[in-house]
Amino acid sequence: MLSIKNLSKTFNAGTDYELRIFNDFNIHINKGECTGILGANGCGKSTLFNIISGVIMQEKGVITLNGKNINNLKENERAQFIGRVHQNPSAGVSPSLTILENISLSDKKCQKFTLRKLINKNKIETFKEILRTLDLGLESKLDTEVKYLSGGQRQSLSLLMATMNKPELLLLDEHTAALDPKTSRLVMEKTKELIKTQNITTMMISHNVRDAVKYSDRIIMLDKGEIILDVRSGQITEKELLNIYNSRNYGSSLQEAV
Amino acid sequence: MNTLILTSIEQGLIFSVLAIGVTITFKILDFADMSVEGTFPFGAFLFAKLITTGISPLLSTLLSFAFGSLAGLLTYTLNIKLKIKALLSGILTATMLYTINLRLNGKSNIGLFSYDSLYDGFEPVIILVFLVFTVKVLMDIFLKTEIGYLLIATGDNETLVKSLGENSNKYKLIGLMLSNGLVALSGALMAQYQGFAEITMGTGIIVIGIASIIVGDTILRKRKILKLTSRAIIGALIYKFIGAVAIDLGLAPTDLKAINAIIVIMFLSYNTFSPVKTRKAKELKVVEEAKC
Repeated sequence: MLSIKNLSKTFNAGTDYELRIFNDFNIHINKGECTGILGANGCGKSTLFNIISGVIMQEKGVITLNGKNINNLKENERAQFIGRVHQNPSAGVSPSLTILENISLSDKKCQKFTLRKLINKNKIETFKEILRTLDLGLESKLDTEVKYLSGGQRQSLSLLMATMNKPELLLLDEHTAALDPKTSRLVMEKTKELIKTQNITTMMISHNVRDAVKYSDRIIMLDKGEIILDVRSGQITEKELLNIYNSRNYGSSLQEAV
Repeated sequence: MNTLILTSIEQGLIFSVLAIGVTITFKILDFADMSVEGTFPFGAFLFAKLITTGISPLLSTLLSFAFGSLAGLLTYTLNIKLKIKALLSGILTATMLYTINLRLNGKSNIGLFSYDSLYDGFEPVIILVFLVFTVKVLMDIFLKTEIGYLLIATGDNETLVKSLGENSNKYKLIGLMLSNGLVALSGALMAQYQGFAEITMGTGIIVIGIASIIVGDTILRKRKILKLTSRAIIGALIYKFIGAVAIDLGLAPTDLKAINAIIVIMFLSYNTFSPVKTRKAKELKVVEEAKC
């Protein structure tokens, strides 16, 4: 369970470019649920994720994850609790390393990295088994450098690597936005499978209303740093959601579901 | 001609240690570390200082590596702690090292002919082959360790390193110190080889380092099996050899710097313009993608 209380964040404070994103913002994410976050560009979705994962620091506010106050932890220290998949498929992998090397690195996540050899031959079968669950044939390409994989393959690998140590919270930051519709659907299905079987608390930013309704248990809509809608996904239809969104955002419209 | 070949092999081997060092920053970390211009003579002057105070050649050489790595610590501090851009941090370090080098022995040129050197009693080439091989093997082993892989990943994608729970700056520090240590080692080897340490010996040295990497990559680009270290060594040898041939053809040694730069330009433009190469590279990419 994640809870954020009295969050405030202003960019460029004290300058002519001052931009207040959050003012006394509160949010509570239930354990084991997938919460979809919707909102126009600039509404604070990514800032929220950046604050949760420690990339940027808030001015005020307390973040607690499963009872632990994580306020003072740095980005790399929060990594042991929080997994994150980015929009860019290359952001979650090391492109010039092979699949095996990438998986071996994430297998050591948040343990002590030493001068021992990274590749452990005894673990290769286990890794193959894990890769087989993705159903993309990656298990037979262990020695392929990740930069030669397609966006969908890379993103699936990122997802796997982000969830390998069973994080307490998974942040999905428009993780299918850079993929074509078919691949995007495949990755979404894999995502659902992973978070359901491992029961991971998840927050998912999306611009795709259909995905939000279909894959989340709860939908939150943000506008100018405030929650303007908070419903169970069964209680609202795609159309209603789009209407609320459009009424709030004047000209801009949410990407129509494919 | 034989002396020419031998000399260029020997100098090429000395510069291959430099090239391996530059590979760590420029290629692995993607950090344009210009401090090399100061670190190379720093290694030479450190060696001169140590050997003239009566320390053995082997220990002096090893200490040059150790103290040389501190230049990496300085660049790291400027770049990461004081948030000065990488390029400028390196230049600032090199500038400071210029003064330090002069201060170290109180003069800009120190003759070492009357002192012992690592090469005493052997052909320099034998000692150098052994040394370069040792550096290469140790480096290859290091890059296969957990820390070594994190060094590569830091250059590739810092976000990933942080998401693995690690502080990526730590690996930049390791890379910079290792790189500068190797460059200083190369400088110490050069000082003993030529019999003197001189303040201008670092000028344009970064071009030699980068050129070796580029030559190694251009000639052997399709060979995935070759490790980065092997590429740097082969690149340094070929590069030095081309320069030696130019001198042998009648160009004055004072022309060498311009020749060095022209070799780099030739190899880089070969990469850009060669139609056959470009097509083959494209085909190769298609094949590689198809295989996946």
